[in-house]
Amino acid sequence: MNTTIMLFLLQDGITNGAIYALLGLALVLVFAVTRVILIPQGEFVTYGALSYAMLAAGQVPGTVRLAVAMGVVAFGLDLFFARKALRAKLVLRSAALNIVFPVALLALTYALVGPKTPMAVNIALALLIVAAIGLFLYRIAFQPIAHTSVLVLLIAAVGCHLALQGLGLVFFGAEGLRGPALSSAAVTAGPLRFTGQSLAVYALTVAFIVGLWLFFGYTRTGKALRATAVNRLGARLVGIRTSLSGQIAFLLASVIGALSGILIVPITTLYYDTGFLIGLKGFIAAIIGGLVSYPLTAVAAIVVGIVEAFSSFYASNFKEVIVFFLILPVLVLRSLAAPAVEEEKD
Amino acid sequence: MTQRLPLIIFALLMAVIPFLPGVPPFWIVLLDNIGLAALVAMGLVLLTGVGGLTSFGQAAFCGFGAYTTAVLTTAYGVSPWLTLPASLVVSGIAAVLLGIVTVRLSGHYLPLGTIAWGIGLFYLFSKLEFLGRNDGISGIPPLSIGTFKMLSPDTIYYAIWVGVLISALLTMNLLDSRTGRAIRALRRGHIAAEAFGVQTPRAKLLVFIYAAVLAGLSGWLYAHFQRAANPTPFGAQAGIEYLFIAVVGGAGYVWGAVLGAGIVVILKEVLQSYLPYIFGGQSQLETIVFGILLVLLLQLAPAGVWPWLMSRLPFKPGRRTPDTSLKLPAREQAPVTSGALLRIEKARKQFGGVVAVNDVSFEVNAREIVALIGPNGAGKSTTFNLITGVLTATGGKISVLGKEVANAPPQEVVKLGVARTFQHVKLVPDMTVLENVAIGAHLRGSSGAISSMLRLDRADEAKLLAEAARQIERVGLSEQVDQLAGSLSLGQQRIVEIARALCVDPMLLLLDEPAAGLRHMEKQRLAALLRQLRDGGMSVLLVEHDMGFVMDLADRIVVLDFGTKIAEGTPAAIKRNPDVIKAYLGAAA
Repeated sequence: MNTTIMLFLLQDGITNGAIYALLGLALVLVFAVTRVILIPQGEFVTYGALSYAMLAAGQVPGTVRLAVAMGVVAFGLDLFFARKALRAKLVLRSAALNIVFPVALLALTYALVGPKTPMAVNIALALLIVAAIGLFLYRIAFQPIAHTSVLVLLIAAVGCHLALQGLGLVFFGAEGLRGPALSSAAVTAGPLRFTGQSLAVYALTVAFIVGLWLFFGYTRTGKALRATAVNRLGARLVGIRTSLSGQIAFLLASVIGALSGILIVPITTLYYDTGFLIGLKGFIAAIIGGLVSYPLTAVAAIVVGIVEAFSSFYASNFKEVIVFFLILPVLVLRSLAAPAVEEEKD
Repeated sequence: MTQRLPLIIFALLMAVIPFLPGVPPFWIVLLDNIGLAALVAMGLVLLTGVGGLTSFGQAAFCGFGAYTTAVLTTAYGVSPWLTLPASLVVSGIAAVLLGIVTVRLSGHYLPLGTIAWGIGLFYLFSKLEFLGRNDGISGIPPLSIGTFKMLSPDTIYYAIWVGVLISALLTMNLLDSRTGRAIRALRRGHIAAEAFGVQTPRAKLLVFIYAAVLAGLSGWLYAHFQRAANPTPFGAQAGIEYLFIAVVGGAGYVWGAVLGAGIVVILKEVLQSYLPYIFGGQSQLETIVFGILLVLLLQLAPAGVWPWLMSRLPFKPGRRTPDTSLKLPAREQAPVTSGALLRIEKARKQFGGVVAVNDVSFEVNAREIVALIGPNGAGKSTTFNLITGVLTATGGKISVLGKEVANAPPQEVVKLGVARTFQHVKLVPDMTVLENVAIGAHLRGSSGAISSMLRLDRADEAKLLAEAARQIERVGLSEQVDQLAGSLSLGQQRIVEIARALCVDPMLLLLDEPAAGLRHMEKQRLAALLRQLRDGGMSVLLVEHDMGFVMDLADRIVVLDFGTKIAEGTPAAIKRNPDVIKAYLGAAA
């Protein structure tokens, strides 16, 4: 093999791996806090990417209307669960978050949309839209069953994935979309050419890893989230609002997902159902990281990206087969290291 | 025979449906699809609902079944009937290979792993040359009997539903047996099952293979129904759908699989044909509705439709009462030699830097009741776990009848005649008291899965249940024998655990806080039972906090404090021991 090809493949693998790392981090975050295995993570990716692409083309994406609709349902749920003790403050707070926020977003989108809208505004809108969807998704689908088993939550997550993917087809159509690159700058180093896009991918991945580390290590909210992850009941007893922790986790995950989407949509054409596969590769990284370790997940994601790049070069037909079977040796290792005593689960 | 009546009625009903005048042929196609889905879902019921192992990858096993027959019949001209065993064997072998890797994983790793290899296998099917890549294999010959070819949906209908009914019967037989109880105990964690000799990894692998073989059967039927096989129906989406079917029907119930398949297949059909009329020609709308319904269902009826339906039946299915006159041969016992029954020498257990059990030594002799007492956190339950092999000791020697158990697994320890109860009750709440107690006799039965499915285990099974019923009578819970264990009070559940331990026919009984949650009269009855057991030749080692109970009952007492033995002696001596008083009441007392 020649060195140039190898370097190219490595670079390609690292760029993809960085995206998988972001997604893997989000999955670990959501699982740790809510015990939900976030299958719809892939939909956050496509929603972010394709909303951005549509905004860039001067169109209003259907996702913003979905955000309003979900907000209304979330508001209804808030009222229903608080019906025994409806206080004005509670209702106002819920209305502000669930009604005013998405409606304002809708108005803003219609006001700002156009072919001349600056890229930063489009990115911000796309991120906000997906953030709202992520937030409401937790409120509607997961908060009412937050106390149930991992299995029930997992199946609910699959249900959300199906519904969101179907809606994705409605919003974006069966045709794939591409978005404009964030930067057209490029740096050449030896035989390699680094585009501004791939540099942005690296920078944001590193920024997020450091950011999450700081957030969980040094902020009050971050510590509250970790406490919720360890013991829901205990966290509630010391005054942490666990439902808020869940919403924050989903908010972060949806923003990370949408951002990953915006980062890759200038590089590859995305379809309404592409996100699922991308999300699953983030999963493989997260599983390798044991769903607990952020650094291990990031490293594993890079490995997944590199394996994918090399197998698409040498055995392009079997690229997906190789990537998805990559998990088996990991499972074997985990099997061998499985602890002898395991707490009883319900 | 009354147990079989609903099944026979259902079978007759299904048999006449194609002959009813006015049944549209399209309904028969739907029923064919329901049958095919029900087969896979039935495997999932056993795997997920009963065994607690979630798999999203079952569709891939259908693929193994379908492609095996597709290749053998088209490329090699093998007769379709001859490919049936081949399809089942290939699915089974695939399950063994994947299962060895996957079933030992805990909790959520298993479903995630199954998603990953489910997708991997889907891509493998769609890329392999000899499987026809994305186009698949067509021109598969139909099933035929003599010159009669099952070409139309209403002829293969019988093949499919005979398969469903036989599988349902075999599955129910399996669940209602010695192996079935072991499988049903899996979901509640493996510690209790292993303490009575169940090889849990083997039991998990068994259900994994069983579910895969059912899926393989469905795939084989599918290939001869469609007369073609391509990768699409064996992908991740289908795997998710099968799990959905099992959850909708009621993941713990064999008939829930059939009901769930009916609901989902018909719902899908209705959604696909009517939604475009309501919302215009948008495709994939059914997946949206499907996903939303799934989330709603989990919020409103997480147990599924079948149990909801059953609880509304005006009559309840009856139960057989076991014939207690049947004798189960006693467990083969090693001769009681002179010296201690159980000898613990400098047993030590460290968790990181914490020494939970610090070089503790004591003995339990034949026909003796020894109490292990100490304040909370003294290492009493950890000592129990060391003796029974749940934990591996960091150091020291534990021997039973002079034979060192050297960190033997729980399944080996129980074979030596050491049976235990748990501080936190570990019964299967949705099994009856009788069934729970019968798990204790697991090692005294010998019937395997296949003989259970074929009902060749009945003589063995009757003896096991008789022994369980006798032990329940002995502990005084005969009235509750058919109640669900989860419906009993905590005190009664502890007594059920004792009955279960007695089913081992032990020589040493380890009881972890047996009197907790009992009323005064119940405690006295328990003390009388334990004395009677001792006089019958059994030894008892118990952990207990009720001092009145302990002082009254025990022949000897061992006191632990912070993992270290601080005293040992008769109850009278322990009461006066200054170290014990200090440990319990503090230095000032």
